Amino acid sequence: MNISSLNLTAIAPQIIIIITALVVLLAELFTGRKSLLAYLSLLGIIVAAIASWYIWNGTEQRLFAVPMFQTMAVADGYSLFLNLVFLVTAALSVLASINYLVRERINHGEYYALLLLATGGMMLMGSATDLMTVFLALEILSISLYVLAGFNRADLKSGESALKYFLLGAFASGFLLYGIALIYGATGTTNLAAIVDFLKGTGPMRGTYLFIGLGLLLVGFSFKIALVPFHMWTPDVYEGAPTSVTAFMSVGAKAAGFAALGRLLLYAFPTLLGDWVWALAVLSVLTMTLGNLTALAQTNVKRMLAYSSIAHAGYILIGLIAANEAGMAGVLFYLLAYAFMNVGAFAVVIAVGREGEPNLELSDYAGLGSRQPLLAAAMAVFMFSLAGVPPLAGFFGKLYIFSAAVQAGFVALAIIGVLNSVVSAFFYLRVIVYMYMQKPIVEARPVLAPPLALAIALAVLGTIGLGLLPTPFLTLAQQSIAMLFGA
Amino acid sequence: MELALFVVLAVIAVIAAAGVVLSKKAATGALFLLLNFCTLAGLYILLNAQFIAVAQVIIYAGAIVVLFLFVLMLLSPGKEESQDRKPYIRVFAVFLAVLMLGEVGYVAFTGVLSGTPGQYTPEKIAEVGNVQAIGQVLFTDFLLPFELASVLLLVGIVGAVVLAKREL
Repeated sequence: MNISSLNLTAIAPQIIIIITALVVLLAELFTGRKSLLAYLSLLGIIVAAIASWYIWNGTEQRLFAVPMFQTMAVADGYSLFLNLVFLVTAALSVLASINYLVRERINHGEYYALLLLATGGMMLMGSATDLMTVFLALEILSISLYVLAGFNRADLKSGESALKYFLLGAFASGFLLYGIALIYGATGTTNLAAIVDFLKGTGPMRGTYLFIGLGLLLVGFSFKIALVPFHMWTPDVYEGAPTSVTAFMSVGAKAAGFAALGRLLLYAFPTLLGDWVWALAVLSVLTMTLGNLTALAQTNVKRMLAYSSIAHAGYILIGLIAANEAGMAGVLFYLLAYAFMNVGAFAVVIAVGREGEPNLELSDYAGLGSRQPLLAAAMAVFMFSLAGVPPLAGFFGKLYIFSAAVQAGFVALAIIGVLNSVVSAFFYLRVIVYMYMQKPIVEARPVLAPPLALAIALAVLGTIGLGLLPTPFLTLAQQSIAMLFGA
Repeated sequence: MELALFVVLAVIAVIAAAGVVLSKKAATGALFLLLNFCTLAGLYILLNAQFIAVAQVIIYAGAIVVLFLFVLMLLSPGKEESQDRKPYIRVFAVFLAVLMLGEVGYVAFTGVLSGTPGQYTPEKIAEVGNVQAIGQVLFTDFLLPFELASVLLLVGIVGAVVLAKREL
């Protein structure tokens, strides 16, 4: 073993992000201007994105998997596409945070450091090919998020959010670890490639322990990506956490969970497909239905978006259940679309709030269309996209996933998904109705800070761009999953 | 000799475990837990796993039990002991315990752990040395997880400062 077999270039994006986090921590000592730290973080994010792009282009035919650190992780199309999703989420969240942190009086450099470390954890989850790496990356991500959720120390709700997230998250990690231990017991290895070899060798005789282990693994991940019935923490945590953190974790943590779950199920355990697919199908139907039905009853926009994010996890799960190339490409496309539209929606929530008044109720959106036409238009774009109205990003995400499900023979699942989208349209459109058809209660025009406006503009651009030109991105997603299916 | 040591340690371990569950005061329970951890460390040594034995004492007996005792000291739950014990919790606990026992028994008697054994047989470990073997694997094959663990600890430190420091 030597340095070249470590393959440091392949893991460069993750290293860049983590080093940027350390630099931000140190730089806070020397600068009084905290916004500088935000721009430093953005710089790191951009450099990491360039590094990912460089790795992607550096290999021929794009059918590659560069193992690193004794096959503990890998740089392949799948991980690089997911890097894009995570980096977009992080960049938009940082932009949306800058003035929000000042407003909430929680403007500390550690915020950006933790956000970057969490991003590093997400990227590692996307590239991990060993259960040990998966677990450690997940813990880096989760612990950063627990702290970020409680970052507003003066706010009791933020503390409640952090504590709830921490207790249930630690519980879920326990399940996950126990599952990993049992899988190790059943196969004698934690390495995914070795597990694949082992399962090929055993044929139909597979042992109870593998099943129990896989089951516990699924329970652990279900907690992390908030699938019903493991979703109880989500609304309180999302509502209590600072809004910029909610934006970040509602997309990032979910995408990271799906990233690792997708690689585990489709790369390591495709031989057990018949066993896990039905469990996931039940979870998916429950998640979509319960998420959407509960969202109907919410009058608090942040809580409504929390339930909506539960429902979206259900849709994305359908792509995993389809377990074919179209399904996985759909999942990746959906995650990218979701990053733009959901972070964008939360950024608008930040923009509607003011110092001392979070303005989270639906009634606070009354008349936004006449008060701040551009902001209202942006929110309308995000809501239409989340509801799945063509020609926006959310529509194509759903289209790809549902059609993959039909291809794989899960017609009933696709129908339930479409019905759920119809239900969800009600509460998304209700926001639009409030914005454009209700008389405003307050007559003030808060000024939009430039970074926040930029975040919203970029999110709108992404949402509309992915909708108008879905093909290049879908092609990219299709290319990037080729390795997963051993093409 | 080995058998005698095993019997003594095992009996103490079981008694201590029962003590954890049955003791009325939480602090007594924590101390029983400490005793249990120490006897387990002894059992690990009997299994030729010195590294795990030492880790067991340092991490579990040292750090975790002390953490328990700190929490007990800060919360002083003495007054409200066994107030909110609902009967169904007890039933559920017994159910889980029986389930666990069945699971362990199943493995022990049927040997269904089907994994391919790795290269580290007891002979190999005796040859290179226990801690050396772990060190070699840790800094070669498991270098990335090792580094990630250091990042994880950094996150923990930053998090502790953020949440607990009076003035940020």
